[in-house]
Amino acid sequence: MQFTSLSFALFAAVLLVVYYLVPGTWQWPLLLIASYLFYFTAGKEYLFFILFTTVTTYAAGYLMDRRLKQRDEYLAAHKTELSREEKKEYKAKIKSANRVWMAVCLVLNFAILAVCKACLIDPFRTAAQEGTISFLTLGLPLGISFYMFQSMGYVVDVYRETAKAERNPLKLALFVSFFPQLIQGPISKFNQLAPTLYAPHKYDGKQVSFGLQRMLWGYFKKIVVADRIAVAIGTLKGEEYTGAAFLVLTVFYAIQIYGDFTGGIDVTIGLAEALGVRLTENFIRPYFSKNIAEYWRRWHISLGVWMKDYIFYPISVSEPMRKLSKAARKKSPNFGKRLPVYVASVATWLVTGIWHGFSPNFAVWGLLNCFVIVVSEELAPLYEKFHNRFHLKEKKWYGAFEMLRMFMLMNLIRACDLFPNVGDYFRRLGSLLTTFNFHILWDGTLMNVGLSGVDYAIIFGGVIIWFAVSLLQEKAPIRERLWQKPVLVRYCLIFALLLIVLLMGSYGIGYDASNFIYNQF
Amino acid sequence: MKKKSIAIFAAALAVGLLILWLLQMLLMPKYMTDVREGALIAEYYEEAGNHDVVFIGDCEVYENFSPITLWEEYGITSYIRGSAQQLIWQSYYLMEETFQYETPEVMVFNVLSMKYDTPKSTGSSSQREAYNRMTLDGMRWSGSKVHSILDSMTQEEKEKEGMWLYLFPLLRYHDRWSELTAEDFQYWLKKDTVSHNGYLMQVGVKPVEAEHMERPLVDYEFAANCYEYLDRMVELCQKHGTQLVLIKAPSLSPVWWDQWDEQMAAYAEEHDLLYINFLDYQEEIGIDWNTDTYDTGLHLNVYGAEKLSSYFGKILVEECGIADCRSDPELSNIWAEKVAAYDAQKEELEAACAAAE
Repeated sequence: MQFTSLSFALFAAVLLVVYYLVPGTWQWPLLLIASYLFYFTAGKEYLFFILFTTVTTYAAGYLMDRRLKQRDEYLAAHKTELSREEKKEYKAKIKSANRVWMAVCLVLNFAILAVCKACLIDPFRTAAQEGTISFLTLGLPLGISFYMFQSMGYVVDVYRETAKAERNPLKLALFVSFFPQLIQGPISKFNQLAPTLYAPHKYDGKQVSFGLQRMLWGYFKKIVVADRIAVAIGTLKGEEYTGAAFLVLTVFYAIQIYGDFTGGIDVTIGLAEALGVRLTENFIRPYFSKNIAEYWRRWHISLGVWMKDYIFYPISVSEPMRKLSKAARKKSPNFGKRLPVYVASVATWLVTGIWHGFSPNFAVWGLLNCFVIVVSEELAPLYEKFHNRFHLKEKKWYGAFEMLRMFMLMNLIRACDLFPNVGDYFRRLGSLLTTFNFHILWDGTLMNVGLSGVDYAIIFGGVIIWFAVSLLQEKAPIRERLWQKPVLVRYCLIFALLLIVLLMGSYGIGYDASNFIYNQF
Repeated sequence: MKKKSIAIFAAALAVGLLILWLLQMLLMPKYMTDVREGALIAEYYEEAGNHDVVFIGDCEVYENFSPITLWEEYGITSYIRGSAQQLIWQSYYLMEETFQYETPEVMVFNVLSMKYDTPKSTGSSSQREAYNRMTLDGMRWSGSKVHSILDSMTQEEKEKEGMWLYLFPLLRYHDRWSELTAEDFQYWLKKDTVSHNGYLMQVGVKPVEAEHMERPLVDYEFAANCYEYLDRMVELCQKHGTQLVLIKAPSLSPVWWDQWDEQMAAYAEEHDLLYINFLDYQEEIGIDWNTDTYDTGLHLNVYGAEKLSSYFGKILVEECGIADCRSDPELSNIWAEKVAAYDAQKEELEAACAAAE
């Protein structure tokens, strides 16, 4: 059952009706049943994986929590008898014991994730196909990267005592499997999601309406624009398309991935909102960013936060890093001070790349991002001098230039996703300097990449609407503004959007159904 | 305030659904001037009632038999439930559905579709889907239609939850907005009748120029699932006391192999059915392949169809005992109108043909 399927729409509609008819205390169990039903229909052969993660996550959380409770009880009982050092020592002992549970859980789960991802590349893929290694599976279990990162975040939070362990295994199962966010995130933190996930919700017309509007907006992005442009991306990846054609490819891909991923997240957050569950935002108009670092604070935010909390931060403040930094400072104080940041950045971006795919191009993609961010930060003082010298920050056109610069730079880096062979990617990148064929923009070449004039008109119109809505959204939440309008205007606008999705969507017979790009991660 | 909001919402919903329905009607193919065979199945319901004979099958029935001739010469009332590339399970479900509306004395089934055992055996996926649509879209909703859809869907239709696309054809034809023609607006809500009791008239002449050759097959055995549906047809007709007659229309292509003919003859004998391979009676019928076909022998034109109907009418009277209804004044009046419409169209098409030449 794909998010874009009619079965899903019916499934969501029935769930919404039943959800608000049953007593509030039955709502979260109903969501659990719905989530497993969804997962079962989407890929019953992969149920084992999500059950394994759920059981190990629950067990690790439970065992750590039990120790923490014992610790608190022991410390309370011996409050006066123990010295400060003894208390500290006892706490450290408990922490160390809990670290074992955490490590076991993380290793088990990440090992499974690694094996699953490895099955997508040779030689493991061949082994899985031929069945020579029995436990290898073909295809990635649906949403595994998302639910696993979310679950492992929870385990670390319990270990760090920033989250309280969930004692009800069914509630934890719902946290792991909550179906709207199961297949492409956002990756939620337990503390943020739990309060609205388990709470009873009364029907709130405005909230349900807002949720459905957002879902519709997501479908518009995905079905009308992203899926329509997908066919041209497939063509433009061909080796004959170099120079300006490669540049066009990067722009088309920027449009596709924005519509696809943010559209999918709109459907996810919209459906959760209609159910009264508040999910964390995953995008804040990322193409309005002025540099790559800002872009990553506005694009796939939940993954960025996860990486920062669970990879970057632990590495940069770890004991070996402190020692390394100290040693380096003796030779170069400035470099030594920044060394932990460099090392943690490289590790974080490498993991981020590998999270997207177990192939060299994703690793290169991560490192390219890291390189640009680190260099930008190093050069930041120079930029500032330059900006101040010419008062550029006060000029609107310069802001627009920065956005365009970021957009083009990010497009060039992102295109690495498209070429599993890194050599191919760099050859295309190099062709920008060697092949001057800008005539392809007007000589009809672009009419032979799988898109008709009507397709271009729809895509162009769609992008204009995205842009206009994003501009409006910068000033104030657009759905709130719409809510203030007369009911007739509101209904007409929503119905118009529905008609656009229905009539101009790339779905049904004759269209290649595009799954959400992030479903594969 | 709450009541007012609910009323506004309900009104908006009703208007919205009406607009969607109107759009659906606009975007669905009309089959009025081009690919007219697509309109045939839906036309039956206006005529459903007491027919002596109902024909079921593909183009070899809706282009080769003329119910008007059967009436004019023998007083037999008949209807053709034909559609392009109709597969045997579609024929079965059309037959099942027909019995919901009437119980004819004779049900005639053209056996060419015995050669197609799967949807994909009839062409590419997109071709098959187009044929499916022509047969299935026109059917009224019933259990028969649902089963027919489920058995007919192509792999792509199944993957794309095709049942929804049949339930809400707007979802299937949603992108036709860029291809709409004047015909779509002209026949938006009301269509013309394109057939004469299911017969699609052709007056052109394109003689047979050479023998239709096909490569011999490796295996001539009809598939088990085709026999299964044929068995079900036999049972269905027995249940309703209707005589099932198996025919093979005298079309020269696709080739009807002797091995197939033998299998059908054996099946008919085993089940005590009348089986007529009209290819064996071309001379008796009087078919002249220089004048009686409009497409080099694939189908008959109206002159050939009239000859064939005249020949078959005699069999229906003599071997199936169909009585002459021309003495019934009510029927006579109804059929007089049909004959007039038939003659008028024949004249009109002949004039158009002559002008084109």
